[in-house]
Formats: sequence, C-alpha cells, structure tokens
Amino acid sequence: MLNILWFIIWGLLWAMYFALDGFDLGIGMLFPFFAKSDQDKRAMLESIGPVWDANEVWLITAGGATFAAFPITYAYMFSFLYLPLMLILYGLIIRAVCLEFRYKVNNPTIVSLLEFGFFLGSLLPALLLGVAFGNIFQGLPIDQNGYHGNLITLLNPFGLITGILFVVAFLLHGSLWLSFRTEGDINLRAKSLARKLWFITLFFAVLFLVSAYFVTNLYNNYFSMPYLLIVPVLCVLGLLGAGFFIYSSEIMAFLSSAICIIFLTFTGVGGLYPNLIPSSINNAFSLSAFNSSSSQYTLAVMTIVVIIFVPIVLFYKFWTYKTFSYKIKEGKEEGY
Amino acid sequence: MDVVTLSRLQFGAAAMYHFIFVPLTLGLGVLVAIMETLHYRTKNEIYLKMTKFWGRLFLINFILGIVTGITLEFQFGTNWAQYSIYVGDIFGAPLAIEATLAFFLESTFLGVWLFGWKRISPKMHLISIWLVAFSSNLSALWILIANAWMQDPVGFVLKNNRAEMSNFFAVVFSPYAWLKFTHTITAGFVVGAFFVMGISAYHLLRKQNVEFFKKSFYVGATFGLIASVLVFLIGDFHAAEVAHVQPTKLAAMESIWDTRKAAPIYLLLVPDESQKTNLIEAFPIPSLLSLLAYHDPNATVRGLNSFPSNDIPPVTPVFLSFRVMVGLGTLFIILTILAWWFARKDKLLDHRSFLKIMLYSLPLPYIATQVGWIVAEVGRQPWIVYGLLRTNDAVSKNLTVGDVLFTLGVFIVLYTALAVLDFALLIYYARKGPLETD
Repeated sequence: MLNILWFIIWGLLWAMYFALDGFDLGIGMLFPFFAKSDQDKRAMLESIGPVWDANEVWLITAGGATFAAFPITYAYMFSFLYLPLMLILYGLIIRAVCLEFRYKVNNPTIVSLLEFGFFLGSLLPALLLGVAFGNIFQGLPIDQNGYHGNLITLLNPFGLITGILFVVAFLLHGSLWLSFRTEGDINLRAKSLARKLWFITLFFAVLFLVSAYFVTNLYNNYFSMPYLLIVPVLCVLGLLGAGFFIYSSEIMAFLSSAICIIFLTFTGVGGLYPNLIPSSINNAFSLSAFNSSSSQYTLAVMTIVVIIFVPIVLFYKFWTYKTFSYKIKEGKEEGY
Repeated sequence: MDVVTLSRLQFGAAAMYHFIFVPLTLGLGVLVAIMETLHYRTKNEIYLKMTKFWGRLFLINFILGIVTGITLEFQFGTNWAQYSIYVGDIFGAPLAIEATLAFFLESTFLGVWLFGWKRISPKMHLISIWLVAFSSNLSALWILIANAWMQDPVGFVLKNNRAEMSNFFAVVFSPYAWLKFTHTITAGFVVGAFFVMGISAYHLLRKQNVEFFKKSFYVGATFGLIASVLVFLIGDFHAAEVAHVQPTKLAAMESIWDTRKAAPIYLLLVPDESQKTNLIEAFPIPSLLSLLAYHDPNATVRGLNSFPSNDIPPVTPVFLSFRVMVGLGTLFIILTILAWWFARKDKLLDHRSFLKIMLYSLPLPYIATQVGWIVAEVGRQPWIVYGLLRTNDAVSKNLTVGDVLFTLGVFIVLYTALAVLDFALLIYYARKGPLETD
C-alpha cells in the first residue's frame, strides 16, 4: 500500500518540478531571442527572480524522495544515466550562476557569456530530462549484468521526440508566464509567440502520444483500466485550454499549460506502473515500486513527514506566488 | 587511476568546494538577520544600509552554495550506487527531509526577502530573513544527521543484504549528529564573523564609511567571540565522542601508534607512516590526550598498531589537518576577544596593525573548516560507513574510468571559472562599500 502511495508521490514530485521549473527554464531558453531591450531582459528576469530557486527544489526533492523511498531505483537510475544526468547538473549550475550574476557584472564580454550560459543552462536540462524520461518510458536495456546503453543509444527517435516535446512545452509555458507577469508591448509579443508555440507543442504532443503507442508499453495500463484514461485526457484538455485562453485569460492559459505538463508526466508515470525503470530486455529486471523500495518502516516514516510538511510548503509557496503575481511595470523592474 | 579513486576525488572536490560557500551562508545569514532586527527595533538607517550591503554579499555567496550542493545529492547515486543500495533505507530519509523541511523554506523566503522590499510589510520582511537563516542551519542539521550515520551507524538492522532503519529517532537524535551539527554551524558563524570583521577592517584602514564599518565590526566581533568559544568547546566534546565510537580516527588525529595508558599530547610530532611510528615526539603534556578523549588522565588510548592494518586511515593528512584546525580554533578565540574589546572601547582606529591582522585573518576560518572536513572524512577511511561498508565496495559498477575522468575534468574547469567569477564579484562589491542611496 505504502509502495503504491510512494509511487504516486514519486510521479507527483517530477510533475511538480516540470510544471514549476518548466516555465523558468522556458524563460531561459527564450531569453536571447525574445528580449529586444535591456528593459525586456530585466522584466524577464524579474518575472522568475523570486521563484525559480524554490521551483528547482522540486527536483532536489524528487531526487531525495527517490533515494529515500526507492533507493535501488535511485542508485541505478543515476548511475546508468551518468553522463546525461551530469550534463543536466552542469546546465543547472551554469544557469543559476548566470541568472543571478547577470545584473551584477558590467563587462560586456562577461555579460554576453552569462546570457549565453543562462540560455544553454536552461536548454540542456529541459532537453535531456525529456530524453531521459523518453527512454525510461521505453525501458532501459537492463539485465543481470547491468546496463547496456550509453549516451548515443539514448538519442533514439522516441527519446528525441520526448526531449523536443519538453523543450517546446516549456517554451510555451514560459511565454504564458511572461504574458501573465507583464503588460504593454512585451505582453503582446509574449502572447503572439505563445500562439505559435502552441501549434508546435500540439504537433509534438500528438507525435509523442501516437508514437508512444508503437514503441512503448505505456498504454497497456490504460487499456486494462480504462478509467485511468482520464489522465491523458486531462493532459490534452490542458493543452487545448492553454491555446484557448491565450488572449482571453492569462492566468487560465498558464494554469492550463501547467495542467497539461502535470498530466503529461502522469500519463507517462501511470503507464509505467508498477515500474519506475522498466527493462527493455526482460521485465524480470525492471525496477518497480515493490522490488526497489525501502522498508515499510522507512516508507511509513517518510509518509508521516510528507503528510505534515508538504501542506505547509504548499501553503507558503502559494502565498509567495500570490505576493509576486503583480504586473511588472516597464522601466520599473525591481530586484536584481 | 581507478573508478574508486576518481570517484573519491570527484566527491571530495565537489564537497570541499561546496563547503567554501556553505559556512558563510550559515554565518552571514544569521548576521544579516541580526542587522535587520537592529534596524527593525531602532529604526536607525545605518542598520538598514548594513543589511543591504552585507545582504548583497550574502546573495553572491549563497548561489554558489546552492548549485554546488545539488551535484552532491545526485553523486551518491551516480558514483556510489552500491553505497546507495546498501544504506538508502536509512540515508535517503534525512536527505529527502532536508529538501522538504529546509530547502523549500530557504529558497522561497530568500526570493521573498530579495524581491519583497516594497511588496511586504517590514515585519514580514524581517521574518523572511530569519527564516532563511534558520532554514540554512536546519538543512545543515539534516545533512549532518546523514553524515553522522556514516561515522557512527545507529538505529538499524542488517536485513535483505542492506542496512535497514529500525529506529528513526535513534538516527535523528544520535549524539554524534548533534555534536557534529553544533560544531559545524558554530564554525560557520566564525567564518561569517571573520568575513564581516575582515572587510570592515579593510575599510577602517582606509577611513571609509567609518561609522558604518565600526558598527559592522562590532556586530561581527560580538557574534564571533561567542561562536569561537562555542566551536572550541563543542569541538572538544566532539573529539571525545570520536574517541568513543571511532578509535582509529582518534588515533590518526593524534598519530598514536602504540596503545598507552595516560597518553600525553606532544606539542611537536612528526608521523612516519611507512615505519608505523613517529619520527619525532617532543614536548609532551602528560596525560592530556587521555584526559581530553576520555575525561580521565589515566585512561588507555588505543594505538593504530592495535588495529588490522587495512582498517586504519591515512595518518599524516588527518594528523596535520587536526593540528591546524585546533591551532586556528585557539587563535580565533584570542583574536575575537581582542576584536570585541577594541570595538567595544571604540579603539579600533588606534590599532592599525590589529586591523591589518583582522583583514588578513579573513581566510583562516575557511581553512579551519576545510581541514575540519578532512579530519572527519579522511579519518573515516577506509570505511564509507564506519565498520560496516568499505569505500572500495561502495562505488557504482557500471562506470568507466573515462566517464569519471570526463566529469571530473568538467567539474574542475566549471568550478574554477565560477569560483573566479564569484570571488571577483565578492571583492568588487566588498570594496565598493555601502550604497549611498537606496
């Protein structure tokens, strides 16, 4: 029972990470192309300044929860995916430093290096997390001798489709966030960009959902338990909502896009169940919520911690988002 | 070099690099919170300027602490998969709890503090910085609970080919963890205090913003004096706990090869690891080691030669690091007493050479914290979990030398570039002094 609960929490933590850090990774990828003036740059950074760091903590929590609840998955997931994970970490390191130091440096050469670092450090994690999850959805080549893949084998078509889907969905998510937080010219440009990105995201989302039918076993759970189909349906509804609300309600468009990302993650995770990392060679070597978990005692301890503290975290994070949901005035940016 | 050595190098480098930035976060966070409290209470503008000036340096340092920490959490899995499988049932919990309880709080309220000057009430703003200071120290508690378990494993049973948690409270309330935690955060407070005093001394020597930096120095000196005394006292208790649960580490710290009763401490000692003895032992203080380690002048201290030779750590680095740490810890007490006295009597400007000493002492607590971790971690070898699991058996099986060589190389290049950038910014903004407007 606790194993199932922790499997859901595991999926939820990744979903929260993608839905929250997704938009600030998106802003980072948009940064060099979208900002026309210093004012635009300041507005873009201010829109994520108060929240990006706390958004990234969902990744740390997802990592920590994997370690605590499924230590065997944690050990194999991160050692098998050694190089991609390290590249993600390098990206996150570079991005955070470049973002924080952009307005503390005056030398133009270093400024352009920092701006490029912010872009690259946002693109790498978005793309590689997508590639990694695309491969996990397909299963990794694991048998009794360990892992038989490498960085190149990860870059297969479905891995790349998922990677690009992550990138475009985060770009859309970021531009919707930007339109929510800004006004005037930058707001209009964000909306018109979001509209274009919406079509691209739709294309890759459909491509992902269709090709998943052919190259993964994700749909088996949905065919055997049809009521679970609500998950991919909510994902699609979220995406439709994001497109529908772009010009009529900024907040609804952003929230719809968040719902789309959350249920996209759950579509994948729900299809994986009971596995966290399926073996593409033989299901006997898959790492599941049951064969890779911690003891019932540890799971119980962690459940109590989650029940007490996660509501508190959600409460003050909600308060923060409310405090920092004001429209950024052009030329009057605060913070950095 | 093999995967184990390279992985150890990578983890050691990443951890030591992380710990350049963390102690200042621990100490300076509390100091900035104290400054903002002084402003909140007195409404004196100078304390607001202090909050902003030291707060900006805090932020520049903070971000490096964050990013270097993320890689550590994932390296347990990437490079130490066998370790993670063996201890994950126990070790993962404090890490996950650290993220849930501390990291969210820390990162959320740092954002609120930084961007909230005009958005929230002064009271809420003050609460935000205290939450940042509190939660960074809270995160130290949980990560040190995890580390303490590697030093002194408690509250577990061996089952299903791994260590499984049998008593969460034994893990959380392990005396080793609390000694380590209090020793580490007070060391961070010393780093913060010397940072503030050193930069203040720089400006006082140039007679710039004299009032501002006198006040800053006084706050730093008061805080630093309390912290220096505490870190020393707790360090003493901590060493006694080490003697109790990690006898090989204690013997390496003091380079004791032969078991002896009423063991002295030699003021001058040169270890000779190849001969498993000491080359020079001079100026003994009789019975001091027995007294400090076991609180009994006649207690027996076990020597390294009484353990199997594959169970003892490298002696020279542990011994030297320990000596340096204790020497510096003593010096900090002397310096902070003088600093506090001169600042209190408003005599700082009369003692230019003392101000110079305080300026050049700024790096010393950093050195002390680094060597302190060498004592803790090299002294734990050859075990990754003391007495339970050897470091050699803990590494991931699928990694190649090429993998780790590549990532270690990137780490070195990347971390060096970031450190240069960070130090350049710290120096630039520290020399610039407080903002005139704002």
